[in-house]
Amino acid sequence: MAVPSGRSIQGVAAVAETFRRAHDEGRAALIPFFTAGYPSLAVLPELLRAAEDAGADLVEVGIPFSDPLADGPMLQKAAATALAGGVRVDAILDILARTKTEIPRVFLTYVNPVLRRGFDRFADNAVASGMAGAIVPDLPWTEARALRRAFSARGLAVIPLVAPTSTDAHLAALRSADGFVYAVSVTGVTGARQSVAGDLETLVARIRQAVPLPVAVGFGIATPEHAQAIGQFADGVIVGSALTEAIMRRPQAPAEATYAFLRPMAEALARARGD
Amino acid sequence: MQSLKRVPDAKGRFGPFGGRYVPETLIPALDELEQAYSRWRNDREFTAELREYLVNYVGRPTPLRRADRMSAALGFDVYLKREDLNHTGAHKINNTLGQILLARRMQKHRIIAETGAGQHGVATATAASLFGLSAEIFMGEEDVRRQALNVYRMRILGAKVTAVASGSKTLKDATNEAIRDWVTNVRTTFYVIGSVVGPHPYPMMVRDFQSVIGREARRQLKKLINGLPTHIVAAVGGGSNAMGIFHPFRHDPVELVGVEAAGEGIETGRHAASIAVAEPGVLHGAMSYLLQDADGQIQPAHSISAGLDYPGVGPEHAYLHYSGRARYETVTDREALAAFHQLAEWEGIIPALESAHAIAWVLQAREHLKAVGARVLINLSGRGDKDVDTVYQLEEEKG
Repeated sequence: MAVPSGRSIQGVAAVAETFRRAHDEGRAALIPFFTAGYPSLAVLPELLRAAEDAGADLVEVGIPFSDPLADGPMLQKAAATALAGGVRVDAILDILARTKTEIPRVFLTYVNPVLRRGFDRFADNAVASGMAGAIVPDLPWTEARALRRAFSARGLAVIPLVAPTSTDAHLAALRSADGFVYAVSVTGVTGARQSVAGDLETLVARIRQAVPLPVAVGFGIATPEHAQAIGQFADGVIVGSALTEAIMRRPQAPAEATYAFLRPMAEALARARGD
Repeated sequence: MQSLKRVPDAKGRFGPFGGRYVPETLIPALDELEQAYSRWRNDREFTAELREYLVNYVGRPTPLRRADRMSAALGFDVYLKREDLNHTGAHKINNTLGQILLARRMQKHRIIAETGAGQHGVATATAASLFGLSAEIFMGEEDVRRQALNVYRMRILGAKVTAVASGSKTLKDATNEAIRDWVTNVRTTFYVIGSVVGPHPYPMMVRDFQSVIGREARRQLKKLINGLPTHIVAAVGGGSNAMGIFHPFRHDPVELVGVEAAGEGIETGRHAASIAVAEPGVLHGAMSYLLQDADGQIQPAHSISAGLDYPGVGPEHAYLHYSGRARYETVTDREALAAFHQLAEWEGIIPALESAHAIAWVLQAREHLKAVGARVLINLSGRGDKDVDTVYQLEEEKG
C-alpha cells in the first residue's frame, strides 16, 4: 500500500515503473484528471489522496487555461470556474510542491502558459513540484522539440498524443518519445460519451506496432464498463470530464465524490483481464 | 530598405512567428489543406475561375481614386482603395470565395467559420450559398446580441448561426468553438478562417487571397500617377486587409503602416493593440503577439470596432513589426469615431469603423505627412452601413 513519505523513483522513470506494475498485475492503469482550482485549489491535495486511495496509478493535474480549444463543455466549465476563482500558476506549483503522492503525476496544460513562463523555467518548476512530465494538447509533436529538450534534460517526459487521424509518419516520429502515448479515442474534444469508438482497438494496435511505450486511452470514457472494455487492450485509461462532472454534482464533498467515482472504475480494471 | 526572406518557410514560420499549435487530430487536415492549396494556387483553371467570380460576382477591380477634398484639407495627396465597394461591403469576400473554391476541389461539403461582428460570417454564408454548400457560423453570444441584423443576414443566406456562450462570448470564443467543431468533423468539414491568423497554411493562404487588393492598387496607381505611394495605411485587427494591400508592395520603397485599435487608450488596458504591447504567445494555432496576463491567460480585447476587437494578430504582422519592415501605430475609439464622420463629410463615404482607424492615423500624423510631401494610400476595407446603428447609439448616449 501507499507509503506517504513519497517515492524514490522520480520523473519519467516513475511513469515507466507505474505502467510496469499495472502490467504485472494484469490490468490497465487508471489515470484520473483534475483541473487544479476546481472546485477550489485548496482541495487539490485531498483529491489527489482520494484518487490514490481509490486505486489510481497516475494522475493528471490540469493547469486551467482561458481558451481550452481541445476541451468540451465540462472541462471548459471547470477551467473557467478555477480562473474566475483567481487560481494562479505559482499557487498551483506551490501546493503541488507541498503535496506528496505515492503515484506519479503529470501536468496537462495548454502551450501558452508554458511559453509565458519559458520552457526551462517551467521544467524546473515541474521538477520542484514533483511532476513527472506534461501533456500539452495544442503542442503537436512537430512543434514540441524545444519543450522536449528542456524536459528530457531534467528526466521529465513530454507525453505525445495520437489521434484517429494521425498518420504513420507521426507514429514513426514517436519512437524517441518518453513516458506513455496518449491515444485520443475520437476525433473531437474531451467529454463523456455514451459509447466508445469501435475502431479504438485498431488505433491502439497501430500505436503499439510503431512505438515501444505504454498506450493510455482518453476522451469520452465515462463508466466502469467503458474503462473495463478499453482496459482489455490498452495499458491505461484516462478519465477527466466524467470525473469532473461527478465532482460538480457534489461540490461540498469533492474528495468523497472522487473516491466514489474512481473506486468502481479501479475495480473494473482489476477484473478486466481476469474475466 | 530591409529585404525580407521569403515567408513563411516550409514549417509555416514567419521568423519566430506562425507555425501550427493545434491538437494532433488536426495536423493531417492542415497537411491536406496545404497540399491542396499548393496544388491549386497557381493552377490556370483555379485562378481563372476565382478571377471570374471576383470580376463578375464581387465587382472587382474595386476603384482607386484620389480623395480630392481630403487631400486639399490636409495638404498632401490621399488615395483611397475602395474595398467597401465589394459585394457584401468589405474585403472579406476576396478570401471566402478563394477558400470555398478550394473546399469544392477538396470535396468538402460542409463549411464552418467564426465571426465577430458578422462581416466574415456574411461573406462566408454568401460564398457558401453561391455554391449550394451548407455553412455553420460560430458567433459569440454577446456579438449575436449586438449584431442581430448580421445574424439575420446570415440566416437569409441559408447559414446556420450558432451562438457561443463560453469565455468572453466574443470572436475569440467563436474561434475556439469553430476549431472544436473542426476537430470533431475534420473529415467532412472545411474551416474558412476569416483573417491572416490560425495555424499554417491559413495566414499565408488568406494573405494570398487578399493580395488581389495590393496588386490592383499597384497597377491603378501606376496608371494614375505613374508611381508608388510613400505610405500605405491599413487597419489591423487580425490583419487581413492590411496584409492584402501590404504584400504586393513589400519590396518597394514604401512605408507600410498598420493601425491597431487603442480602444479607450493603451494605458487603460481596454484596447486591442497586440503589436503595441508586443508580448509573444500562442492563440488559435499560431505564435504571434497577443494580449495576455503574467500566467499566459488570454485577456479580453476592446475596440469600438467589432472587427478589430481581437486579442491577437496575424503572425506575419508580428514578423513585419519584428523585422522592422512595417510600423504599427494606434488610434483610440474617439479618434476613429471622429475620422468616421470626417471622411463622410469630405468625401461622401461612410467608412467601416475598422477602416476609420486607418483614416484616423492619417489625420493624427497629418503634420509629418505634409512635411514630407507624402502620397498616402489608404485601404478603405469596408463600408460603414453596418456601424451606423452603433455610432448612433453611442452618440445618443453621450447626448
